Amino acid sequence: MSQFAINIIFVGGSFLLYIAIAIWAKAGSTSDFYVAGGGVHPITNGAAIGADWMSAASFISMAGLIAAGGYANSTFLMGWTGGYVLLAMLLAPYLRKFGKFTVPEFIGDRFYSKNARLVAVICLIVASVTYVIGQMAGAGVAFSRFLEVDSTVGLMIAAVVVFIYAVMGGMKGITYTQVAQYCVLIIAYTIPAVFISLQLTGNPIPGLGLFSTHVDSGMPILSKLNQVITDLGFNEYTADIDNKLNMVLFTLSLMIGTAGLPHVIIRFFTVPKVADARWSAGWALVFIALLYLTAPAVASMARLNLMTTIYPDGTSAEPIQYDERPNWIKEWEVTGLIQFTDKNEDGRIQLYNDSEAFAPTAEARGWNGNELVVNRDILVLANPEIANLPGWVIGLIAAGGLAAALSTAAGLLLAISSAVSHDLIKGSINPAISEKGELLAARISMAVAIVVATYLGANPPGFAAQVVALAFGIAAASLFPALMMGIFSKRVNNTGAIAGMLSGLTFTLVYIFVYKGWLFIPGTANLPDTPENWVLGISPLSIGAVGAIVNFAVAFIVSNATEEPPVEIQELVESVRYPRGAGQAQDH
Amino acid sequence: MSAGHSYDAEAYWKANLRLIFGSLIVWALVSYGFAILLRPMLAGIPIGGTDLGFWFAQQGSILTFIALIFHYAWRMNKIDEKFGVHEE
Repeated sequence: MSQFAINIIFVGGSFLLYIAIAIWAKAGSTSDFYVAGGGVHPITNGAAIGADWMSAASFISMAGLIAAGGYANSTFLMGWTGGYVLLAMLLAPYLRKFGKFTVPEFIGDRFYSKNARLVAVICLIVASVTYVIGQMAGAGVAFSRFLEVDSTVGLMIAAVVVFIYAVMGGMKGITYTQVAQYCVLIIAYTIPAVFISLQLTGNPIPGLGLFSTHVDSGMPILSKLNQVITDLGFNEYTADIDNKLNMVLFTLSLMIGTAGLPHVIIRFFTVPKVADARWSAGWALVFIALLYLTAPAVASMARLNLMTTIYPDGTSAEPIQYDERPNWIKEWEVTGLIQFTDKNEDGRIQLYNDSEAFAPTAEARGWNGNELVVNRDILVLANPEIANLPGWVIGLIAAGGLAAALSTAAGLLLAISSAVSHDLIKGSINPAISEKGELLAARISMAVAIVVATYLGANPPGFAAQVVALAFGIAAASLFPALMMGIFSKRVNNTGAIAGMLSGLTFTLVYIFVYKGWLFIPGTANLPDTPENWVLGISPLSIGAVGAIVNFAVAFIVSNATEEPPVEIQELVESVRYPRGAGQAQDH
Repeated sequence: MSAGHSYDAEAYWKANLRLIFGSLIVWALVSYGFAILLRPMLAGIPIGGTDLGFWFAQQGSILTFIALIFHYAWRMNKIDEKFGVHEE
């Protein structure tokens, strides 16, 4: 059977499964649509959160980022998991007790202000739309590589599948398809990792293999990797870094951004009890950690494999001939994600770091510049081919990458559509709307959101990579502090909360735009985006944490200068703190 | 909460805050501490070709986070029962 046929079977089979689940879990009420009827088991919810959270970025890109940056990019591992500790202790149980459908609804009620609710809706929509573009674009790439269709056609197929189960089933359909998608993606991620860990270290658990002995050289695998890449002029993989302030702030921004992203928070509204919200945060992190503990092993092992493929006789010998390159390099060259130029015209592939420090060595060896450019996003997708694994593993990776992208896209689309139908239409425009009417409005806004996301996925704006940082910055600087103060302080009032959200948001956006261009329009940046120009060495990607601090400070100062919140609001804060009487998530 | 339970309610919230505070100290220590700021101090403890700080950055902190959440959920559900604010 051809690889193409295998891929079709795996991807097609997984899609049929998702649609079957959607038909079984059709939503009959707004409660079904927004919170899956509020009856989801905490472990089931944990797996659904895992799929919701682990996007194309976690599945496809993260290992490549770690492989390229080594220790310095451990920030992604800690940042994207540490946020769950904050969720479990600072937000999830109390928001579950509050027992409504959306994040802006809590902000609007707690700060007794339609304007606060509106600010929250805008933050939510901007953060979620920017995030969903990346998912749709990622699904397009996976389609074009594995199913050999045009990426726009691939995107349309993906959109139709999401449309069927998200519009029909709402949160109920999405929850149960996400559980299936979690299983597909975690199996797809771990199987190649286990094989590669066994090949290189003899240890079947990748997270342990990472700190074990490399079978071929007898050295610890990380020492071997350090040696190979420093021989070729790259920085040591495990080297410590100087700018610790930026590393701390970047990790903190990712953590509080994670805790403030609405599509994750609303998943906690689906469990029956407050105690279940706590458990399901723990289960979610277990399911997420299965991938996150494996990713750093995939990163270092794939990088070592790539280097030994190019330099089979060691770094001091000559690299392989271009004509004898393995098949997977040929296949990825077709996509343009691997590029080779024979700069010194010797017919061999010189892969090394073109740095000034390494220039004398390169010259002495007759090298005329680095000749192989490998896009770091292909690392996970090409991993099974690099390690010569059988064809069905490749089909599995294709289905897994699509599961990761589609499950996150569906979660984001639900967050967007509920903000539109519940917070905008029912909350402001037409409060008298019937439940049937609201359900229809939710389905229509979901359909519109899918069309917009598909269009933007097919024609991604040039700034697509930067907007993900923007999504985390917005969630960290606006939503997280407002939610946390709403629960932990009785003194913060409407004026304080709105002033806090707006100043945190403005501060963060201005800092990002100064370095990245206003609204990301090229040429409008005021300062070059390089470490020398950053204030105190803080990168625009790390500024969300500082924005959150600005939000907290402004909200407290303004609240203390203005009147106390009314008694009934102080009682509302009391009531979310105590689990008794949570009942089902409901409308009123 | 009726007025008769207000003392309990206050003690309950304090117990929750204490537990959160303790958990977040550990949370910060393993990630911002061991994995980033204190890594040079742990450089003397070798593990598989690198040092303990690197292990915390890529494995240890995540494992600690899981333990922290389950510990919090377990303790907090007990505290709910002790103060009688748990759900039936």
